[in-house]
Amino acid sequence: MVRLLLSGDRPQSVLLGALLLTILVCLAFAPFLFPGTRSLETAARICIFIVLVASYDLLLGYAGIVSFAHTMFFGMGAYGVAIATQRMGTGYDALAVGTAAGAGLAAVFAFLIALFSLRVRAIFFAMITLAVASAVAVLVSQLSAITGGEDGMNIRIPRELTPAFRPFDGPVLGLNVNGRVLNYYLVFVSCLVLFLLMLRIVNSPFGRVLQAIRENAFRAEAIGYRVVFYRAAATVISAVVASLAGAIFAIWLRYVGPATTLGVEIMLDILLIVVIGGMGTMYGAVVGTAAFVLAQNYLRDWMGGASEATSFLPLVPDLLNPDRWLMWLGILFILSVYFFPTGMVGRLRGVR
Amino acid sequence: MTGPSLETRDLTVRFGGHVAVDHVSAAFHPGELTAIVGPNGAGKTTWFNLISGQIPASGGKVLLKGEDITRLSVAARTDRGIGRAFQLTNLFPKLTVLENVRLVIQARARRGFNMWTVAMGHRDMIEAAERILERVRLQHLANQPVNTLPHGDQRKLEVATLIAMQPEVFMFDEPTAGLSLDEAPVILELIAEIKRDPGATVLLVEHKMDVIRSLADRIIVLHNGALVADGPPAEVMASAVVKEAYLGGELEDV
Ligand SMILES: Nc1ncnc2c1ncn2[C@@H]1O[C@H](COP(=O)(O)OP(=O)(O)OP(=O)(O)O)[C@@H](O)[C@H]1O
Ligand SMILES: [Mg+2]
Repeated sequence: MVRLLLSGDRPQSVLLGALLLTILVCLAFAPFLFPGTRSLETAARICIFIVLVASYDLLLGYAGIVSFAHTMFFGMGAYGVAIATQRMGTGYDALAVGTAAGAGLAAVFAFLIALFSLRVRAIFFAMITLAVASAVAVLVSQLSAITGGEDGMNIRIPRELTPAFRPFDGPVLGLNVNGRVLNYYLVFVSCLVLFLLMLRIVNSPFGRVLQAIRENAFRAEAIGYRVVFYRAAATVISAVVASLAGAIFAIWLRYVGPATTLGVEIMLDILLIVVIGGMGTMYGAVVGTAAFVLAQNYLRDWMGGASEATSFLPLVPDLLNPDRWLMWLGILFILSVYFFPTGMVGRLRGVR
Repeated sequence: MTGPSLETRDLTVRFGGHVAVDHVSAAFHPGELTAIVGPNGAGKTTWFNLISGQIPASGGKVLLKGEDITRLSVAARTDRGIGRAFQLTNLFPKLTVLENVRLVIQARARRGFNMWTVAMGHRDMIEAAERILERVRLQHLANQPVNTLPHGDQRKLEVATLIAMQPEVFMFDEPTAGLSLDEAPVILELIAEIKRDPGATVLLVEHKMDVIRSLADRIIVLHNGALVADGPPAEVMASAVVKEAYLGGELEDV
């Protein structure tokens, strides 16, 4: 059963298996294990970014395609939900239509970009994705009548998914379950399903072809695989999953804006996480995202604590000043790439 | 007699002003092994590239069983029965030996776009790949990544993948290049085995005269991109043009 769910892709390391299981359990029971708004926000962000990063890994790590348009697809899903809700009014139908429209738009864009440019050299493809993504980002902030411009849009979601909704009279397992918790489980379950789906795709005959193309496209073509079609298919799948992650993100945040979905910073985060976690492993997206989001959210707190605890020392408290968190994140990144060139997953599997 | 399985008609390619393959016409029939010889730079590999599609032709045609395939992609030609082993070993270096063969079988089975099953769950493809590895005596290395294999075994694997393609036309480009005296016979024996199949059309680029003598039914000589001789081995080897083409002493008479 587990084997089937994981598509035969075993973690291949007890440590990695244990880590994945820990992350799964923590996310599955997050509302109960870590009560509080902030930790629930963090847990949901981890779920969504696992899917977003895994969909990027499918493209970069499996198919060997470098794209900078991933946040654009993420944004299409998010804006799809926001615009549909605004036009159709609050309701599940609006969420469904918005999600489907975002995914459809992402598929069309990905297909066109792929057809126009996957025949050219990898570097040109990367540049074209960058150009298209920047153009779309500018467009989104200009078309404020439709997209809310720089301010973004607030999204009114059905009441059952908001904190105001209380399905039970008393606490369940010590927790006052509200609509926010239900919303979290919507996020968690959708993300789990999407992740397992991608795990299946990369382990399918199709996934094997992608790896073959990454290894040696010339040979893949010579043994009978139309490389352009496979690359285009990978680009479309990856874009559609990213847009679905965007739709989930919008429903969770109840807000969408250029900075939360389309920003260059998010694209950089995705790249960093894929590298830190381990490219072409899928599980790298899980451990990488968990580590990265936790560091991003809690590093400042930890540093604040450490800074105070070391206040009697010279210089050290200064270095640990919470304002320096970005520097430490950078150092952590460089160290992890230096010591784990194959990512956390590669390291845990004992590959050098 | 049935028509030719493969034919090139006035096949030509120019790189700038240089004509690398110059109006080459030849027809090949099933059950026939043709050796293609010529000095370095004669255009043998380039002719192969035009036939299997890696390079677009500047002029002329390639016909496979009468069908014009000149404009088809490499993969489409492979799909129709052109099989090629490369002069420089060309495999998936980080994938295992088994996976290198399995991918070929998967391509033949047209399962490349299957996204919803687990690849390793298809026992039939794995077993078919294992059978081919046994045939070339590489089964003990099935789970090794290709880049850990010695050169000789990589050449064997290259032949194994060609066998796995089950093509109509087998194209070998110096399959024994860089192999030691005890490694080459294994490869040659495999080619001889393929040749025994009456349906197989075999094209073999080779420099070693003893190999040509023992395997070839026919010899084609290329020189400066042009076909200068085509006929039974004894006849071609005796002809004056060939001796001239090889004044550099290219044919290695071992
Ligand atoms: N893509 C290319 N662009 C420019 N010139 C090329 C290209 N491919 C081949 N050539 C030239 O075409 C000529 C024929 O080369 P080819 O590799 O076909 O020779 P060959 O007969 O296979 O020689 P060898 O015995 O060394 O393998 C050479 O002069 C080569 O430099
Ligand atoms: Mg050559």
